[in-house]
Amino acid sequence: MNALPTRKLEAWRYTDLRPLSALSFGAPPVAVAVPDLPELPFPRFVFLNGTLNPTLSTGFAYAKPFAAPPTFGSQPMAAINAEHVGGGINIEIPVGQDAGEALLVSQADGVTPFAYHPRHRVTLGQGAKFTLIEIDEGAGTYWQNAVFEIEVAEGAVFQHFRLQRESMEAFNTIFIHADIAAGASYEHFTLTLGAKLSRTEIEANLLGQNALAHLNAAQLLGGTQHGDFTTIIRHKAPNCPSRQTVKSVLAGRARGVFQGKIEVDQIAQKTDGYQMSQALLLSPDAEMDIKPELQIFADDVKCSHGATIGALDEEQVFYLRSRGIPEADARQILIRAFLEEALEPVTHDASKALFEEVLESWWGRQ
Amino acid sequence: MSMTTEATINELATQKYKYGFTTDIEMEEFPKGLSADIVRLISAKKGEPEWLLEWRLKAYEAWLKMEEPEWARIHHPPIDYDDLYYYAAPAKAQPKSLDEVDPELLKTYEKLGIPLHERAALAGVAVDAVFDSVSVATTFRDTLAKAGVIFSPISEAVREHPELVQKYLGSVVPVGDNYFTALNSAVFSDGSFVFIPKGVRCPMELSTYFRINARNTGQFERTLIIAEEGASVSYLEGCTAPMRDENQLHAAVVELVALDEAMIKYSTVQNWYPGDADGKGGIYNFVTKRGACRGKNSKISWTQVETGSAITWKYPSCILQGDGSVGEFYSVAVTNHFQQADTGTKMIHIGKNTSSTIISKGISAGRSNNTYRGLVKIMPGASGARNFTQCDSLLIGDQCGAHTVPYIENRNASAKVEHEATTSKIAEDQLFYCRSRGLSEEDAVGLIVNGFCKDVLKELPMEFAVEAQKLLAVSLEGSVG
Amino acid sequence: MLEIKNLHARIGDAEILKGVTLTIPNGEIHAIMGPNGAGKSTLSYVLSGREGYEVTEGEALFNGENILEMEPEDRAAAGLFLAFQYPVELPGVGNANFLRTSLNAIRRKRGEDELDAVAFLKLARAAVKQLAMKEDFLKRNVNVGFSGGEKKRNEMLQMAILKPHLAILDETDSGLDIDALKIVAEGVNTLRDETFSALVITHYQRLLDYIVPDMVHVLAGGKIVRSGPASLALELEASGYAGLEAA
Repeated sequence: MNALPTRKLEAWRYTDLRPLSALSFGAPPVAVAVPDLPELPFPRFVFLNGTLNPTLSTGFAYAKPFAAPPTFGSQPMAAINAEHVGGGINIEIPVGQDAGEALLVSQADGVTPFAYHPRHRVTLGQGAKFTLIEIDEGAGTYWQNAVFEIEVAEGAVFQHFRLQRESMEAFNTIFIHADIAAGASYEHFTLTLGAKLSRTEIEANLLGQNALAHLNAAQLLGGTQHGDFTTIIRHKAPNCPSRQTVKSVLAGRARGVFQGKIEVDQIAQKTDGYQMSQALLLSPDAEMDIKPELQIFADDVKCSHGATIGALDEEQVFYLRSRGIPEADARQILIRAFLEEALEPVTHDASKALFEEVLESWWGRQ
Repeated sequence: MSMTTEATINELATQKYKYGFTTDIEMEEFPKGLSADIVRLISAKKGEPEWLLEWRLKAYEAWLKMEEPEWARIHHPPIDYDDLYYYAAPAKAQPKSLDEVDPELLKTYEKLGIPLHERAALAGVAVDAVFDSVSVATTFRDTLAKAGVIFSPISEAVREHPELVQKYLGSVVPVGDNYFTALNSAVFSDGSFVFIPKGVRCPMELSTYFRINARNTGQFERTLIIAEEGASVSYLEGCTAPMRDENQLHAAVVELVALDEAMIKYSTVQNWYPGDADGKGGIYNFVTKRGACRGKNSKISWTQVETGSAITWKYPSCILQGDGSVGEFYSVAVTNHFQQADTGTKMIHIGKNTSSTIISKGISAGRSNNTYRGLVKIMPGASGARNFTQCDSLLIGDQCGAHTVPYIENRNASAKVEHEATTSKIAEDQLFYCRSRGLSEEDAVGLIVNGFCKDVLKELPMEFAVEAQKLLAVSLEGSVG
Repeated sequence: MLEIKNLHARIGDAEILKGVTLTIPNGEIHAIMGPNGAGKSTLSYVLSGREGYEVTEGEALFNGENILEMEPEDRAAAGLFLAFQYPVELPGVGNANFLRTSLNAIRRKRGEDELDAVAFLKLARAAVKQLAMKEDFLKRNVNVGFSGGEKKRNEMLQMAILKPHLAILDETDSGLDIDALKIVAEGVNTLRDETFSALVITHYQRLLDYIVPDMVHVLAGGKIVRSGPASLALELEASGYAGLEAA
């Protein structure tokens, strides 16, 4: 197997994969448990331990047979994925087609540690539309190391909403590569709740004028969880907007990481890049590391990033209390408001409802 | 902006690097190259005690095992460390007083705008003039001595105050901190030493003026400033060098120590020769500056205006150990033509209720690259720590690069960290507005750039602020149109 | 209603209030005027229970009970309302939701039934209308993106809905134009009855043209140095605060 990256690599300075390399992962067992599937009325792909389950899955008009994976340069996790790749979805939305929604569920369940390496591909033809809702979940110790290859042709819109609620003993690493053509949009949102250690890494290339990337995320972590959201947005054409809101709520001894790089090529004049990262530390032992990075080679651009890390604002707590709201309630209101804002980028109603429900139950457990 | 300042910028905008002359003076140089013997020679030349020679040799051993750091966004052909002179000094014996200083040297400093005769000197500013490897003059020493302040060349401090030097040298920047600190520790030849005793507010601004003159010579100065309990000092440094086609190495180390309630303000106007419009020549400036706020409520404030050097690699930092200590970093870095700057700061919050402010303004023009690189680290014990960071970049022209690489690490929930960064260009309508009021395009750029840098420039002592404003205009010459 | 007796308070080592004594009977409106730094805002924060202020001596009896020992939310439930000089922004917290949560928390503490969403909205809409505010006010996040005037109106809206027995207006008039000023005054004047008192803290006499106080007190150097009828405000406007500290 290709070696796992170490913290000596700049891109991995905040995420230590030693807990992962300390385990030995076998091949995925045949799944027996029948998963509890979310009640969303969309065509679905259900993977059990990395294998597509034809009984639980429904047909989807635009699904193609699994395709041989391309390689993605130097990304170390993608290289490992390429060595072991088992299966994945391959969706091609034809030109001008509004394909509606589809659901991708990955469930894992096993007694001894195992790993699976799905390779998914989604391409949208010119002017096409598609929304994919992805849910990763499971029980036990396992490692899902996924790669997503995305191509969005001129004027097409791809919404990609991910709910990562893997088992608390699991590892979840995903590498997403998106090529976005002129006038096309890739709207991404990941809600990270699960896994002992997770990393979502996205590389989005804005290749034509007015291509748009929204790479948003929320991480709610507790215990000793480690969650890493790492992105690179490459502005390779003029007039492209990119937006990012990344919110982290950290309890217990959790550690959150956000690394967000915006690269603007010389040709990419009139780039409009905005990135905001906020973290709320709810316990004295939580830790947040943020590295927002700008690399700019064009002069007529508007790029900014902001980052804040801290506890709840005591002025706000006092304001609520002075209106009669008990302190504990006041704190709860403010945390929920913080999370509410994190969901703002999710413009798809069914997905938003799903995320809200999940937040509600996360909150109930705190 | 007043008419006079406008006129000054007008005038300066048409000037080239005006400090690029050379001084013709008989020099004493050690043979080229670096070896344990050269280190011994330097130490012997300075009449140093045994412990310092040992310290230097250890640093040299460490340096041999180290490699040049590669993480910064800078590129240069390999530096041949064996093709450099590590010691060069005016041949005449070290003067005891200003009257004995070689008139050529006095002329040189006068030409640089730094008259060394006290009657002609800037009021209220004491100057230590370092020429290549040695200090050639220090003004107002008597006035300072009356207040109990020690301001002397560090080589002299080694002889006269060995206990202080031994106690603090290398205590903030360890010898093996990085490749260039190890090199500096092995071969440093001079620099300034400042000691402000307990409760003393230094009665005047202290200033060191660094001048590289000799060809193929590296400059390795070492500055050590100690402010005891309740003491305060404002220190400024300026740097220039002749125009030469080959690159020259400057690798300095600056250490600051602030005890309880002490305050050190350190300002730099760095105007080493930046190389010509084609990127030929210029100083490689690899500098390690670090301040330790050891005492409670101590404060260290760095202000830098970086316009010179072909390569700038420096990160003036604060270690905020004392409870309630304060660190500040105000920076303007201008790069034009083929200059490369990778500069920023580290704020390490260790004590409770420590606070830090970072204001960085980067301006890139020509084919230059300008990077802000900074670390804000809140350690678990730093309850109530605060940081505010503002990093703004301005691009002039589409051949240059502006980069921002902040690292923010918070391990204390009661700490609050805020970071903002923007990148923009000079708006057409701002330029048009200025030009419709009669300013040339270059003047308009100068004006707008000065406005962009205002938050930093206002931190400079008055005498330097005016100089810095002029410098900005000169540095950006040829960047528009 | 409110009896402040020999109140001393400090922030850190600095003593700000040095023995304030003041009584506001039921149904009366009293104004506190004074130069900057006299301790006016400190008095309002001490009364509403903000952290960072240490009461070293004295008491403040609100309907016979010493409120200085109470949590801020309990003071609100007891009927105390502070209109902030700089109302805080609460991103992500809807105005209507906030108001209903507050109102029901207070009602719960008083042993009253909570209002359901429908009943609350009816009440809130009426209040919004009365204060000549746009209805989308209720949908926006608390004070986020509000102009200075809108923030102050929002304070009045909260006051109208929470119906306190004692309102403290901490320089509510600062930065307001004349129309907004009238709205603040109207907000106070409509509540004026036997069960409502108010303490209006202001630097200028202007607001008192619209809220005519029963008494005016001058706070200087941490003490009440003069008290008198409404006309005292006019006198101060003419002569300034100079020389009062010595009084």
